[in-house]
Amino acid sequence: MSARHTGPVAATTPTFIGMPKFPALAREALGNTQQRRNLAFATQTIRGKRAAVVGEVGDWEALRLNGAAVKDEVLAHLDDYLIQLEDKLTAAGTTVHWARDAAEANRIVVELVRGKGVDEVVKVKSMATQEIELNEALEEAGIAAWETDLAELIVQLGNDRPSHILVPAIHRGRAEIRDIFRTRMAAAGRPAPETMTDEPAQLAEAARLHLREKFLRAKVGISGANFAIADTGTLVVLESEGNGRMCLTLPETLISVVGIEKVLPTWEDLGTFLQLLPRSSTGERMNPYTSIWTGPADGDGPQETHVVLVDNGRTHVLADPVGRQALRCIRCSACLNVCPVYERAGGHAYGSVYPGPIGAVLTPQLRGIDNPIDASLPYASSLCGACFEVCPVRIDIPRLLVNLRTQVVDAHRGRPSAEGLAMKSAAWMFAEPGRWASMQKGITASSKLLRGKRTLQHLPWPGSVWTDARNAPVPPRETFRQWWQRTHGESR
Amino acid sequence: MTTAREEVLARIRAAGAARPVEVPPAPEPSPQPAPETVDLFAENVADYRAVVERLAESAVPQRISSALGQYGVTSVVVPDGLPSGWLTDAALRVLADERLTAYDLDAIDAVVTQAAVGIAETGTIVLDHTAGQGRRALSLVPDVHLCVIRADQVVGDVPAAVRQLRPAVETGRPLTWISGPSATSDIELNRVEGVHGPRHLHVLIVGDEA
Ligand code: SF4
Repeated sequence: MSARHTGPVAATTPTFIGMPKFPALAREALGNTQQRRNLAFATQTIRGKRAAVVGEVGDWEALRLNGAAVKDEVLAHLDDYLIQLEDKLTAAGTTVHWARDAAEANRIVVELVRGKGVDEVVKVKSMATQEIELNEALEEAGIAAWETDLAELIVQLGNDRPSHILVPAIHRGRAEIRDIFRTRMAAAGRPAPETMTDEPAQLAEAARLHLREKFLRAKVGISGANFAIADTGTLVVLESEGNGRMCLTLPETLISVVGIEKVLPTWEDLGTFLQLLPRSSTGERMNPYTSIWTGPADGDGPQETHVVLVDNGRTHVLADPVGRQALRCIRCSACLNVCPVYERAGGHAYGSVYPGPIGAVLTPQLRGIDNPIDASLPYASSLCGACFEVCPVRIDIPRLLVNLRTQVVDAHRGRPSAEGLAMKSAAWMFAEPGRWASMQKGITASSKLLRGKRTLQHLPWPGSVWTDARNAPVPPRETFRQWWQRTHGESR
Repeated sequence: MTTAREEVLARIRAAGAARPVEVPPAPEPSPQPAPETVDLFAENVADYRAVVERLAESAVPQRISSALGQYGVTSVVVPDGLPSGWLTDAALRVLADERLTAYDLDAIDAVVTQAAVGIAETGTIVLDHTAGQGRRALSLVPDVHLCVIRADQVVGDVPAAVRQLRPAVETGRPLTWISGPSATSDIELNRVEGVHGPRHLHVLIVGDEA
């Protein structure tokens, strides 16, 4: 690693250590037909909705350019903006805490909650708190953390992990959800109604009743933030169900865990981001609810507000001149929904809370590439480029992946393992899209001979170096590129 | 011992990311709203499966009462500053917001509020929780939210609304942006209206009877 990588990386948490590498997990997921069907349906639906509402905007490209540059401006002067944000937050009556890593952030939150003398908190879905595994830390401290987003509730009750940024329970069908509610709700509070069927409306009603008692009695709420505005000291949370408003409004104390890259310079910048995010994310003109607050408000909502600013590997990402643009990410999940690899492999294969193309670039940067799962992530892509085209902040994910592959190979240099050779060959293959395409085409043609087999034992060289180390899935009859061109060619 | 704050800031400075960035301007906010703006607003609010009606000022009390009747509402909370005379229906239990707890609000069927801004392009209503709009919990816990907005409060697009709301934010007002009733698509992507927020959003646009 180069000397510029100053900030330390985030820990690969126990949840993901020892997890098999991406190819192994993906192979497992490919065998799960229900999941694949759900995912394909979901990503296709959201893709269509997104395209329609993005098409309504007169100058989408101008918005993207503005959004990307605003984020770059923040990253170029992050120290100044954080200090300004801290000043404004403090002036508005919010207490600001800083955390170098996940453990420190968790310690701060646990102490704040303990200080309130409560043994439970209500939470609104937040990638940052998932990343630092706050729920686990709270649990260890004897504090129950209730997830209140419907999908998160399904995941939490089902003792499961999220598989999509936006619809974390996308891998579960309605019958499964009904079973989870029936068997698990009672232990967590109000049981599911006796008469509940697997109708989505009835399942939603069960969640409403189950969580309402928790909202009404909650003393402490925990949130993340989609944006933190430096020049006004304002936090912004977008959501759909109203669980966010409940968590942000009803408790007496509110603790918000915010990644240091979430800053926007000015209030007016929201004009761009409140267009980019909902349209890219849920494919709506606007999400049902957006809550915006600037410290405690007189006689309205929590009278004590805290913000925990978290690094946890972000400064490490910032130190990479190519990789740092990943910090522009506003977690919209548009890149997941267009990714042919994600659609087939599913979110769990990425071994982190950030799945899909953004996970493949962000996770190895946040956590480093020492762990096999993190080192294999940059290879979880066919570099088709669809993710870049939909990204509202123009993150060049394919370029970042190639950059990371080079780093993986460098890290393995001097260790002539099969793995190292495989990675090296893969890096060569992927470095030039043309090479990959021509090799893939060769494989696709030969796949006619392989019908019926689940895995390919040997790819032609240079793929052979890779497949000798592990089985590669049988290539589809057409390449991702060919498939993409065929199915999306007209719209581009 | 260095504090976390010092260390994080030092890491940022050591990352060598500082450089001048040229930020291309965002597209200009839409100019002064045209009459079509209100039509578009009404259309987009309705698109979220909220109920939208347009009426003259004088018709407000009568329309509030018929709308609430539609949902079988028997109790309604009114925020401070809501025009007196809007809730005239003798059959309704009308409660002022006198230190009502969340549990009290949970037992009330509906809320009637005004609004600060409407956004045509997205069908969004923004509350800044000043007079006539109530604190945030009021428009959250009851199951029916009836919102009365004046046609001249509707702006064209999001940037225009953001600009207009700066003074409210600078004085520490919280904002709630509402685009349709509470909804989820978490179960097999089926949209279900109403999870935790009000399941019914009913909007009265006052001041031009298009
Ligand atoms: S990388 Fe871009 S498209 Fe993917 S989640 Fe982040 S902002 Fe969205």
